[in-house]
Parts: sequence; C-alpha cells; structure tokens
Amino acid sequence: MTTAPEQAPLIEVRDIVKHFGSVIALSGVSLKVSAGEVLCLLGDNGAGKSTLIKTLSGCHKPSSGEFLVEGRPVAFSSPRDALDAGIATVYQDLAMIPLMSITRNFFMGREPIRGFGLLKWIDFDLAHAVTRDEMHRIGIDIRDPHQAVGTLSGGERQCVAIARAVYFGAKVLILDEPTSALGVAQTSMVLKYINLVRAKGLGVIFITHNVRHAYAVGDRFTVLNRGKTLGTYAKSGIAMDELQNLMAGGKELQAVSEELGGTV
Amino acid sequence: MTTSTADLAAGPSRSADPAAEARDERLRRVSLIARLMRRPELGAVAGLVLVTIFFALTANPAMFTLAGLMTVLSPAGQLGILAIAAALLMIGGEFDLSIGSMIAFAGLVFGALIVVGDLPLLAAIVATFVFAGLMGAVNGQIVIRTRLPSFIVTLAFLFILRGLSLVGLKWATGGSTQLRGIGDKAGEGLIRELFSGQALEPLFAWLAKADWIAKFPNGTPTVTGVPVSILWFLAIAALATYVLLRTRFGNWIFAAGGDPNAARNSGVPVNLVKTTLFVLTACAATLVAILTVLDAGSTDARRGFQKEFEAIIAAVIGGCLLTGGYGSAIGAFFGAIIFGMVSIGLTYTSFDSDWFQVFLGGMLLLAVLFNNYIRRKATGER
Ligand SMILES: Nc1ncnc2c1ncn2[C@@H]1O[C@H](COP(=O)(O)OP(=O)(O)OP(=O)(O)O)[C@@H](O)[C@H]1O
Ligand SMILES: [Mg+2]
Repeated sequence: MTTAPEQAPLIEVRDIVKHFGSVIALSGVSLKVSAGEVLCLLGDNGAGKSTLIKTLSGCHKPSSGEFLVEGRPVAFSSPRDALDAGIATVYQDLAMIPLMSITRNFFMGREPIRGFGLLKWIDFDLAHAVTRDEMHRIGIDIRDPHQAVGTLSGGERQCVAIARAVYFGAKVLILDEPTSALGVAQTSMVLKYINLVRAKGLGVIFITHNVRHAYAVGDRFTVLNRGKTLGTYAKSGIAMDELQNLMAGGKELQAVSEELGGTV
Repeated sequence: MTTSTADLAAGPSRSADPAAEARDERLRRVSLIARLMRRPELGAVAGLVLVTIFFALTANPAMFTLAGLMTVLSPAGQLGILAIAAALLMIGGEFDLSIGSMIAFAGLVFGALIVVGDLPLLAAIVATFVFAGLMGAVNGQIVIRTRLPSFIVTLAFLFILRGLSLVGLKWATGGSTQLRGIGDKAGEGLIRELFSGQALEPLFAWLAKADWIAKFPNGTPTVTGVPVSILWFLAIAALATYVLLRTRFGNWIFAAGGDPNAARNSGVPVNLVKTTLFVLTACAATLVAILTVLDAGSTDARRGFQKEFEAIIAAVIGGCLLTGGYGSAIGAFFGAIIFGMVSIGLTYTSFDSDWFQVFLGGMLLLAVLFNNYIRRKATGER
C-alpha cells in the first residue's frame, strides 16, 4: 500500500464492548491489523469472533470502545461505509441471495455501471467476465454466470463469497471461517490467496477453527474466549500445539485426543 | 475438479465473452425452452395464451376487433399501473394493501385542491403526488423501523385512508360522499390531455383514411384514439422492466427482497430501496386516481375499492413470489391484461359475468402453484 502511513495499523480496536440486549457478546476486545499482515482470530464457538468482525465491517455498532481505521476514529453506520473504507468481508453466513444469479450476487451493492446522468445501466458484459475470471482464479469453473446461487454447492457458494471479497477488498480482507465447506484443492487455493493478498500489502483477518490453516498463513494470533481477548501471540512466540490448546481450553482436548488415539 | 464426459457435446456459448470459449464440459447446452422456463413471467404469458384461446372459442368475435381490444385494455391499463408498482414492491419483499384506499384518498386530495383550493391543474397534480409520496414514505418508515410485517401496517392504512376519504369528502362537499365539478374546474390544455381522454387521435384518423382500421361510413374511425391510461401503462411497464433488469436499483430490489440481511451486509441500502418502493406504489395509486378522477370529472369514497387485491393478484399471476426476491414487471403487465380480458371478455360470451370471481380465484391458485414449481426448477431448490 502506498497511501497507508507507515506506523498506524489499518484497523485497530480497543476495548470493544458489544451487548445484544442482556447478552454480552464482547466484553472488552482489542486487536490490530497492519498492512501486509495476517491476523488469525481464534476461539471456541460462541467466543464472539463473528460478532467482532461484524462490528469491524459495519453490521453492528459497538456498544463502547474505540475503533480506528488507519489511525482515525470511525463509526460505520452500515456495511456500505466499511466497504467504502476498503474493508471487505466474507461472512460466516456468506451474505448470498439464493434466487439471484452468480453475477448479480458477486456485484451486489457494487454494480459496475455505464451510461450517464439518469440513464445508467449495469455493465453486464463486464460483470459476467469478471465473475467468470475471478471464480476461475479461485479454482472454480462456473458453468453459467446466470445460474442462481441457490443451485451451487455449499463450497462453490463460499468461493463466490471469497472471490467477491478479494475482488472488492482494497485495504482489509476479513474472512469468517471461509474454508469450512471447501474441498482440499479449494482450501489450499484460499490459503494461497491469503498469502497473495498479504503480499499485495493488504491486512487480513482470518477466522478459522483449524489450527493448521491458522499456523500456515498467520503472522499473529489473537485468541478470544467468552467475549474477551485471551492474548495475542506472534508466530515466533508460540508453537502449533500450544496454540491448539489455547484455542480449546487445554486439558479437556488432550483427554479427548487420547481417547480417540491422538488424532485430534 | 471431477469431470464427467457425458455432456461433451456442448455447443458454442451463448454469451459472447471470450472467457467463455473454453466451455465447461459439465454444462449441457441450455435449450431455449429451459431458458424460457427460468423467466418468472412465463406463467403469465402462458395464461394469456390460454385465456385468449378460451375467448376466441367462446366469445363474440367483436371482442377481437380494435374497438373490442380497447375496451379490454382500458381496465387493464389502470390496474396494470398499480400491478407493476405492486410487483416491484413485492419483489422488494413488501406488500402495500393500502393502494386501493390511497386511490380514493389521493382522488379526494386532488379534487379538493382543485374545487375547494382553487389550484390550477398542474399545481394540484404536483401537490397530490408530493402528498402521496409522503404517505408512501410514512408507510415505508413504519415498516422499516418497527420491523412489523408490511401486510399489517398497510392493512391499517387500508382502513385509515378509506375512512379519511369519507370524512374528507363530507367536509369538502358539506355532507355528500361525492365531490363533483372537478372536470369542469380543471380546465383544458396540454396538462389535462396528458391525464385524460384519448391520445394518438391523428394517427387513428390517418389509419382510418388509409383503410387500415375500421371506420364509420362518414370516414371517422370506430376507434378514435387510445385512452391515455393505456399509454401510461405501456410506458410504465417498459420503464419498470428496464429498471428491474438492467439497473443497479433493480439489482437492489431483488437483493432487498431476497434476503435483506445479506443485502445489507453486501452494501445494499435496503431501507432506502424499500422506502422508495413504498413511495412509488403510492405514486402509482395517485396516478390512477388522477386519471380516473379527470375522466369521470368527480370523485367518490368507493374509488379504488379492492384494487389492492386485484393488483397483488395480477402481480402474482405475473410471477411474483409472496416471499419476495423473485418476480417480474413485464409479468405483472401480462397479469393485468389477463385480468382485463377476463372481466370484460365475459360480457362478450354467453356466460354470466358473475363467473368473473370464480375465474379469478382459479387463475390465482393456478398461478401460485405454477410459480412455486417454476421457482423450484429455476433455482434447483433441494
Ligand atoms: N444478534 C444477536 N443477538 C443476541 N445474541 C447474539 C447475537 N449475535 C451473537 N450473539 C451471541 O454472542 C455470542 C458470540 O457469538 P458469535 O457468533 O460472535 O460467536 P463465534 O465466535 O463466531 O462462534 P462460531 O465459532 O460458532 O462461529 C454468542 O453467545 C451468541 O449467542
Ligand atoms: Mg462465527
């Protein structure tokens, strides 16, 4: 990135708190992502990972806490604001509309337009071509960009969401369990993508339950537990099995692992 | 990826882009029929063909003369304007049950502005549209902010506006439920001609002169022009179809109705889209109100009675799903024509026109079943 100031992280949050009525989903979480860095966000089910990234991508407003983008405080009022700030997200539920075509989903909210004044129309030639190319790059040959997303397999759908975020993410890419439904080839493609995106100087926040995937691409790891940050570790400062124990609360996992013959 | 060799006979791509050259062997050539099956308006077109065949067999041939077609299209035009707006709103995931009452209320506002307020025609029209737009925005904002189903919110407005129309009429007329003299006070002129009477008269005179259409012995054509409401109907159908299928706003309508959360997360301004659609439906009701009030010269409290249901039925016949996110404007266009054909067509047959409602209910049921089937096909729902 040429525009980002050297020191200021792309995204920084301090003591973010998020309540849903009486539910406290986040109770003081801090993290930062710099340009050219992959931050893995780890933690159990219900730890608050999705809630945290939804706050970063403008879906939720934090109840309290600081949120800085490139050193400046921001208050996104909608995901559109976050997208305009260059933050693109693959949501856990993918944010796809089954009845709409692949192309329409790919460009939803960011349609390429032609024409002038009141007479503006979507440039569907461009949109179809981009969709096809981007999906091809992630290793999926889509048969027909007019096809409804509802007819795609779960993994293919996930790939559309990832390709879309990579295409539109200008500064920060946030991936919430992007590989949960993917095959081996597509998973390695996504990990390769994350590498590529980092090399281009973007910041990446990568949520996964797979410690191998995390360790393969992550530079730093932030572990969440019950809405709090357990800690942030640099890759050099933590080994893979240590990380795995942290993610799942240590001993219990070891016991299960032994029961199953040490394969977990 | 695993590949199968079964479908290697794939033909050339139907899209012209070069990336498609290397065709996926898993894609069979999509036949024309299969592609047509994906269109939401297919049911309405099929229905129109069936209804046409039915009347061709049973009705007096006078129905299929130019004059007959005009009498069929007149009610279709007014209903169609509403149905197209209702279709867009339904695709956007909401209902507006207050359309019919809005016609009565906008008619009252318009009439009162002219008769009681002494406003010139243009000013009255603009003011009525602004007012209706505000009402639509209020509807939309209530639905969005309370997250109540629009069905309930607009059902409330169905009664509120109908009641207010009665109250207002009695106030404006000093006790009557009919406000007269609007036509006389509105005066003549270009603006008036945009909203009432017939258009394209020179064309029809010329066609008659050239013996292309039927004429009376004295040379005047039997059909002297097209009612302006039909021209509005055609223009709105074309515009709505273009907006829905080709523009950014159209994509947002599908997205907002398909899954508002996913749409919002992808950056679609869902609330803006829905509010705009509510404003548009209110404006469509107002256009119909102005068209009918200027034609009749008066307005009354029953104007637009039950039009909301007819509009929604036409939209459903046109392929709109009740759950939103799917449908078509051109389908609603055909749906409205079917409606007009059946309601007027029965008078050309030996059937009692009381059969109309039976026919209508049957059409609706068929359309819903058909749409459901098509949607499953189109989306490969599992
Ligand atoms: N909209 C909401 N309303 C109420 N509670 C919520 C809402 N969203 C999340 N929560 C609660 O916040 C907590 C954190 O949820 P979150 O989805 O962030 O977990 P997660 O870490 O992403 O889990 P997973 O690994 O299963 O995806 C959960 O207990 C959840 O029930
Ligand atoms: Mg989650």
